[in-house]
Amino acid sequence: MMGWVPVGLLAVPLLGALALVLAPQALRPALRTYGLVLSGVTLALATLLVGTFDYGQAARQQFEVDIPWIPGLGLRFHLGVDGISLPLIALTALLTFLCFVYLSWGSARAPGQLMSARPRALVFTLLVLEVGMIGTFLALDLLLFFVFFEIVLIPMYFLIGIWGGEGRRAASIKFILYTLLGSVVMLLGLLLIWAQAGTLDIEALSAAHGSGMARSVQILAFVAIGIGLAVKTPMWPLHTWLPDAHTEAPTVGSVLLAGVLLKMGTYGFARIAIPILPEGAVAVAPWLGAFAVVGIVYGALACLAQRDLKRMIAYSSVGHMGFVLLGFATLTPAGINGALFANVAHGLITGLLFFLAGAVKERYHTADMPSLGGGMLATLPRLGSVLTYASIASLGLPGLAGFWGEMLALYGAYQPANGLPRGLFLAYMVIGGLGAVLTAAYFLVMLSRVTHGRPQRTVDLPTGAADDRLVRETPDLPSGAADDRLVRETPDERPVVSAKETTAVLEPPAADDIRTYELLAWTPLVALILLFGLWPGLLLSLTTPAVQTLLGALS
Amino acid sequence: MTTFPLLAVLLPFMAAFAGLLLSRWPHPRPAGRRANARAAWLAVLPTAASAVLAAWLAWDPGFAFLAGETTSPTGQTYGTVTTGAIPISLTLQADALSGLLGVLVTLVALAVQVYSVGYLEDDPRYPSYSAFISLFTSAMLLVVYAGDLLVLYVGWEIMGLCSYLLIGHWWEDRGNSRAAVKAFLVTRLGDVGFLFGIFVLGQAAGSFRIADVLAKVPEMSTATAVTATMLLLAGVAGKSAQVPLHTWLPDAMAGPTPISALIHAATMVAAGIFIVARLFDVFRAAPPTLDVLAVVAALGMLGAALAALAQDDLKRVLAYSTVSQLAYMAGGLAAGSDTSAIFHLLTHGAFKALLFLCAGAVIHHVGSNLMTQMGGLRRELPVTFVTMTVGFAALMGLPPASGFFSKDSILAAMDDALATGTLTDAAALLLYGCALATVAVTGAYAARAWLRTFFGEARAVALPEPEPGTAHVVDVTEAPRTMLVPVILLAVPALLLGFAGGLHVDLGVAAISVVLALLGAGVVYAFWRIDPVADPARLLGPLRVPCEQAFYADRGYAALFVRPVLALARLVVRTDDVVVDGAVRGSGRSARGLSGVLRLAQNGNVQLYVSGILAGVLLIAVGAVMFA
Repeated sequence: MMGWVPVGLLAVPLLGALALVLAPQALRPALRTYGLVLSGVTLALATLLVGTFDYGQAARQQFEVDIPWIPGLGLRFHLGVDGISLPLIALTALLTFLCFVYLSWGSARAPGQLMSARPRALVFTLLVLEVGMIGTFLALDLLLFFVFFEIVLIPMYFLIGIWGGEGRRAASIKFILYTLLGSVVMLLGLLLIWAQAGTLDIEALSAAHGSGMARSVQILAFVAIGIGLAVKTPMWPLHTWLPDAHTEAPTVGSVLLAGVLLKMGTYGFARIAIPILPEGAVAVAPWLGAFAVVGIVYGALACLAQRDLKRMIAYSSVGHMGFVLLGFATLTPAGINGALFANVAHGLITGLLFFLAGAVKERYHTADMPSLGGGMLATLPRLGSVLTYASIASLGLPGLAGFWGEMLALYGAYQPANGLPRGLFLAYMVIGGLGAVLTAAYFLVMLSRVTHGRPQRTVDLPTGAADDRLVRETPDLPSGAADDRLVRETPDERPVVSAKETTAVLEPPAADDIRTYELLAWTPLVALILLFGLWPGLLLSLTTPAVQTLLGALS
Repeated sequence: MTTFPLLAVLLPFMAAFAGLLLSRWPHPRPAGRRANARAAWLAVLPTAASAVLAAWLAWDPGFAFLAGETTSPTGQTYGTVTTGAIPISLTLQADALSGLLGVLVTLVALAVQVYSVGYLEDDPRYPSYSAFISLFTSAMLLVVYAGDLLVLYVGWEIMGLCSYLLIGHWWEDRGNSRAAVKAFLVTRLGDVGFLFGIFVLGQAAGSFRIADVLAKVPEMSTATAVTATMLLLAGVAGKSAQVPLHTWLPDAMAGPTPISALIHAATMVAAGIFIVARLFDVFRAAPPTLDVLAVVAALGMLGAALAALAQDDLKRVLAYSTVSQLAYMAGGLAAGSDTSAIFHLLTHGAFKALLFLCAGAVIHHVGSNLMTQMGGLRRELPVTFVTMTVGFAALMGLPPASGFFSKDSILAAMDDALATGTLTDAAALLLYGCALATVAVTGAYAARAWLRTFFGEARAVALPEPEPGTAHVVDVTEAPRTMLVPVILLAVPALLLGFAGGLHVDLGVAAISVVLALLGAGVVYAFWRIDPVADPARLLGPLRVPCEQAFYADRGYAALFVRPVLALARLVVRTDDVVVDGAVRGSGRSARGLSGVLRLAQNGNVQLYVSGILAGVLLIAVGAVMFA
């Protein structure tokens, strides 16, 4: 009945991207509004989804579309929404829209905004990325899921490789090779399920709760799928692509990478690995938990010794995703609820943090904390305040969104599911708790270094350094996205702006603090972090029935 | 009336947001007196309203808790949050215990807010400062009125944040920033244990509601009760600055003086004692925990009192005195008397807030925290002199000041514990002995601070340009009225609150403690008379330096925990680059290396390709012939 909404969620950005290829000349003058409107329509559709969702039956798949896709192989175009995927779809649509707001508001010519380099290609890339991200959360067919899962890689590769920082080539290649390798292993696992169960339909497979698959097969399939998902999540020790990718990615790339792409990995555990392969999950869960807590502590320690702000936030994702994985590993409703909550919370908080890191980098032309020189609360008081807020949310303060997920994951570890070794999970809980202290430590040390202290004049960079994005060679784009030579030749005030900014470090004009487009893009995130922190029931009441259903035989 | 607890929590919470967002609106800059005035109204009025609500809630039960009576709580549940396991119920209620604490919190917060209006008159960051105080008040009220352990935990942790923000108010100075970080981290370390303790209790009782947990105590095994209470004790030690997590409190002096009054008297440190009293039935079911608490309290009270005797910074004297007095309360709890501990918490809240606000007035006047630069101030600051004398008398436990009665009831409880045997004998003996010794040392350090501040020759030389971290210098004889009025008002309960407990004075114990306190004070007076300029702390002899350094706890922790963690962090970064990522890069390199080998065959020489094909055909033919 309402099945057109999920289709619309995919069709709007996809058709929008196609139109950019087919009619480039007609759309060129309106590029800024174009991206904003399309992602806005997608967000409106997602809001409609949130508004008309039947919350009494959050465990059931709603808005289903189920039509044959490749009948010969039994593949179906099967989409649906339940309490697990709904928050993630809304988060994706929101973050993409906010990225467009950030890119396109005003004249959009500030560094890091849309018009500063190859705008048409950027809009195209982001729209394709949105299709892949939303599709992953909607898909109810294993191969369809895989297709969307892979679609995401290509635009993200270009996003890092074209609009990224100095080392963007190496980072983007590492990103795509690493994640592709993981995906191949995951594909083998999916095919193993197909061979054993004879169907690719996630709904049917979850309802069966692994019946018809031998324990050994389930373990094998869980490990294979788990590795694929763990690369994306990322789980220690498969995380090293992440810091490089984040450090080099442009602001919107980092935001979407941390805010949505990492969630696709953890979502796979909740949607595929645990419900379809329950016996495999029980067998592998202690290992998953072990890697998770190692990731928590390891990520926190790595952050403590980091110099680069963006790199530090990237490593903090390793730690936070460790909490998410620990929640899944407990196989309890509380733990998985916590994991799903932490998922959404991390998307909001780390999305905001990367927006902020981008803003810092644009103003200081470096994210190296010692070179920032401290005193941001004096020079840029509003930016410093929002950075403090986001850091405090990220370290898991109760009353803000970051806390509830971590707390429930730890609580799940206190009382893990039957069949899991309790003593081991108690140890995980304690290690995770110490990791939470270390998390607080590195965020506070970072705040102390960056926002406190007396401001010092930052090193004046040569004007050309800030400007390299204009003159450097750009790699080739996918077919259809022609080079926007027009923009590169447009007179650009950036040297002027950057000169003004570097001298303004001591006495910044008010305009240099949070700008309008930044305020617009960040305010919803700030508000949602507070809302979910004060009223966690909003999200937990949505996921609880779905989680109880997916655990099925286990709970 | 059932909504009063919620309203009391929400009003300062809303005030915090309003103060942060609206004080400078619509002109973000330049912030000036108008913004500060608006922020002051936004801060003071909601706190006052909360105080009225809290007083109303406490009116019916009155001081019933101190008499050992229980009353049915007033409040309601505002829904539950499903978690997939035990739900969280959003209950806010006030019973006899929380009613009392609520009044203490709101009144001290109100006094601090009013005092701060004058103290930070020209501070450009006053709006955020007062908003954080409002948030702090709200968080403490949430702890006090919470009917569910996890709701309580929310307030518990937000207080940690507020202490961080307020201790680091003058963040230009790196030292203040470090102190703020330390306060947050040390308390958070304890809070992790506290959270796990909540898990244990919740799982054992099948509910996080405090009433349900207390009802299930008889069914809990001793092992469960001991585990839960020991874990809770970690959080209590963190928040209430007990050994071994006490080190943050003296450093917290980096914040503005009113903040010290707030943290030391009404919020934060009171929370730890409060939670033990709240869950006292669980603690009673776990005798080993009470023994541990007794030993920790005994060591803490004497050690901190000795440290207070050697400090030169007036605020640090008061800080160590807080650690010592909190250990008294913890000792009272360990001795099995939650009423005497709460009684002392109330009187201490009044006289310690008074002492800090007076110290603020002194520091405001002198422009320095150091007692070596003070002296003879009784003529210049007569009002402060009188009120601070009341505060010191209460601290020493001299009748009729409030501290006398509450300290007496704690000492009487310890005396009982020695006789009845709720504690093991050794612990009870240690506790009582240390408590009596501490009474003498308390008398000594209070007398030393009093004499060195208000008597002798005036040594004060106002600093020309004070560093951030000290208050600005004002050349008036007394502090402005917004600072004096709260001080005078606080002196009333500091003097008279002791009569609220019903005057159960144990004459023998009272006589011993007064004699000991006067003895300590007398020794200091004698040393001071010999040479008013020299520091009477010299009576400590060779112990003086260790006491001044608080027995090297900070250095020990730095060597044991901080530096190893930092070294480990550097090791992780290196490992991550060399080993974990090295493996990734290595596999990439080896793949390229292998392809390099394969490339040797693809050299573009057609003759080689043809020879290869021919050789292959030949091999196949030979194989076919041989195996056919």
